[in-house]
Amino acid sequence: MKSVRGSGFRVLGQTPNQTAVSTVQPSTETRNMFLNIGPSHPAMHGIIQIIAELDGERIVGADVEIGYLHRAFEKESERGPYNNVVPYADRLNYVSPLINNFGYCLAVERLLGIEATERCQYIRVILSEISRITDHLTCVGASAMELGAFTVFLYMIKAREWLWELIESVTGARLTISYGRVGGVKADLPEDFAGRTRAVLEEVRKVLLECDTLLTRNRIFVDRMQGTGVISKETAISYAITGPFLRGSGIALDTRKAQPYFVYDRMQFDVPTGEHGDNYDRYLVRMEEMEQSMRIIEQALAAIPAGPLNVDMEGNILPASVMVDEAKMGRVAGFKQARVRLDPTLEGSTRGYHEAINAREKRAVLPAKEDTYGNIEGLMHHFKLIMLGHGIRPPKGEYYSAVEGANGELGFYVVSDGSDRPYRVRVHPPCFTIMAALRELIVGDMVADLVPTFGSVNMIGGELDR
Amino acid sequence: MSDAPTLTAVLQARFPQHVLGTHAYRGQETVVLKREGWLKVARFLRDDPAMAFDFLMDLACVDYLKFGRSQSSAPTLTTPSPLPYFMTPKPQAERWERVVSDDEFRFEVVCHLYSSLRNRRLRVKVPLTAADPSMPSLTGLWKSADWFEREAWDMFGVTFTGHPNLRRILMYESFQGHPLRKDYPIRKRQPLIGPVN
Repeated sequence: MKSVRGSGFRVLGQTPNQTAVSTVQPSTETRNMFLNIGPSHPAMHGIIQIIAELDGERIVGADVEIGYLHRAFEKESERGPYNNVVPYADRLNYVSPLINNFGYCLAVERLLGIEATERCQYIRVILSEISRITDHLTCVGASAMELGAFTVFLYMIKAREWLWELIESVTGARLTISYGRVGGVKADLPEDFAGRTRAVLEEVRKVLLECDTLLTRNRIFVDRMQGTGVISKETAISYAITGPFLRGSGIALDTRKAQPYFVYDRMQFDVPTGEHGDNYDRYLVRMEEMEQSMRIIEQALAAIPAGPLNVDMEGNILPASVMVDEAKMGRVAGFKQARVRLDPTLEGSTRGYHEAINAREKRAVLPAKEDTYGNIEGLMHHFKLIMLGHGIRPPKGEYYSAVEGANGELGFYVVSDGSDRPYRVRVHPPCFTIMAALRELIVGDMVADLVPTFGSVNMIGGELDR
Repeated sequence: MSDAPTLTAVLQARFPQHVLGTHAYRGQETVVLKREGWLKVARFLRDDPAMAFDFLMDLACVDYLKFGRSQSSAPTLTTPSPLPYFMTPKPQAERWERVVSDDEFRFEVVCHLYSSLRNRRLRVKVPLTAADPSMPSLTGLWKSADWFEREAWDMFGVTFTGHPNLRRILMYESFQGHPLRKDYPIRKRQPLIGPVN
C-alpha cells in the first residue's frame, strides 16, 4: 500500500497522519436508486410518472402515477343534455374516437329502449373497425419508433392517414368526429365510400406486409420484445385486463364475439391469441387483429342494406336558406317532396338518407332538415330536442354498455333520473386496468424494457385520466 | 340468456339476510346488497363454480343526493314543458326503482362483474349512508379493485377498509374535497399547491 503522505494531497476531515488510501476499503455495498421517469419524458407520452426503484439496471419496485390529463369528463357530462356528451366522448380516445361515440350512444339508446336501423348498425361496425385499425397502427407504429424503428412508424402513420381520410369523408373531421347520435349517426356514408374503402384496404395491407417484413423477424426488435413485460393469464384476469393485452396471454375473449352488439354476430372473423403474454405476442395479436378488422369491413360493405337511398335526387333541390324563406312566407306547397341543399358538414342528413340511418323514434332523433325548415311539426320537433331544458329524456334507469374498444372493453355506465341530462356517466376505460397492472409488468425487467412494455399497453391519456 | 333470471334468484335464496333487492332492467341483472354481507357475497360470486365471476370489470360510485330533484337543465324551466303529441313516450312495461331511499342512502357503489366462463354479467350495488360512506375493500379478491377503489375514494370520498394504499389517483394529494359529489360545484377553483420542499 503506497502512502500519499508528503505528496501534498490531503483528504478533508483527516489528520495529515492518516493516509487516504488506507481508509478506502474495496467495498461491494450496493444501494437501490430511485429514478423518476416522466411525466416530461417522450416515452411516457408526457402524462405518466413512474418512480422506479432500481438495483443497477433492474427495476425492483415501481410506483405509477396517473391523473396529469384529468379534465373532469364525468363531471362535465352531468352538466348538459345527453347529446352534449358526444363531443366529449370523442376526446376520450383520440385515436379511435368513433368507438367511444357509438359506445355512449348504445348506452343511451338502451336506456330509451330503442334500436338503431340496420344500415346504421352496419355503418357503426364499418367505422368501428376502421378505427380499430388506426388505433393498432398508432400503437404498433409508435412503440416500434420508441425502439428505434422510425421507418415503421412513418409507414404506419402513412396508412393511418389514408384511413383517416376515409373517416374524414364520412364525418367531416379526422379526429374530433362527433359522428354518433342517439338513435343513429350524423349522416349517411358518401356515395363512393365502398369503392374507396376497398382501395385503401388494399394499400393498408401492403403497408402491413412491409412492416411485418421489417419487424417480425428483426433480431433487435424480437430481442427487445420477447420475454419482456410478461403477464400470466391469471394475473391479467384478476386485473380485469381485456382486449389485445389479454388475448396476448392466451385468452380468446372478445366482446364482439362473447356478447355481440350492432351486427357483429353476422360477421365472420377470428380472435387471434398469443401464448406467452409478452410484448412480442401482443404485437403479433395486434397485427393479426388489423387483418381481421379488414375482413369485417369487407363483409360489412358487401352486406350493408341499401336503404331508401335510390330515390331520384334530381330536381326540386333548394338551397337551405331559400327553403327557410319560402316557408316563412307560407309557400310550402310541394315541400313534402322537396329536398334541401345543405352545408357540407351536414351532408347526408337530409330526407332519404335520414330515414335509412336513424331509428324511428321522435323522442331522440332530430327530424330531417327538410322537415325542420318546411313544416311546423318538424320545427317543433327540432326545438324540443335542441333547446336548453328540453332534449332527450330517458326514463329513470341505468345501463352499462360494453363495446370492444381497440384496447379492450370500453364500458359506459349511464344513470338517468328522468331529466334531460345524464345523472351519471361513468366510463370504464380499457387502459385503466392495464395501467394498474403496469407495476407488476415492469418489476423484474430492465429499465430499457420499460419502453416496449409501456408501448404495448397503448396508454391513451384521454380515457385513462378522463 | 335463458338462465338469466335464476342468477339473482340464486343469490336471493342463498343470502336472504344480505340481499336488499334485485331487478333486471333492460336485460341487465342487478342485485342490491347490504354492506355487511358484501365480502361474503363477493367471495361466493368469484369462487362458486356456478357463478365464476372472474372479472371485476368496473367499480364506480354514484351520488344520489340530487336524484330526480331537478328535471331540467334550464334554470328558468323547473318542470319540463309538455311534449307535442308525436313525441309523447309510449308506456313501457319495465320500471326501474332504486331499492333503497335516496335520503337515507346517499351513495351507491356499483360493481360490474363478468364471468368469462359463463359469459354473463351481473351488477352488484351497495348503498352507503352519507354519515358513514365506507365499506370493505375488494382488493383481496380482485387486483383490479385496487385502482378502482382509489378512484372512488378520490372522486366521492368513499373509504374502503382494508385497502392497502387508499390514496388519491386522479387528483393531486393536497386537493380538498371530492369532485364528483353532487354538492361539489363544477366551477370551484382550488389553488394548485406547488411542489413540496
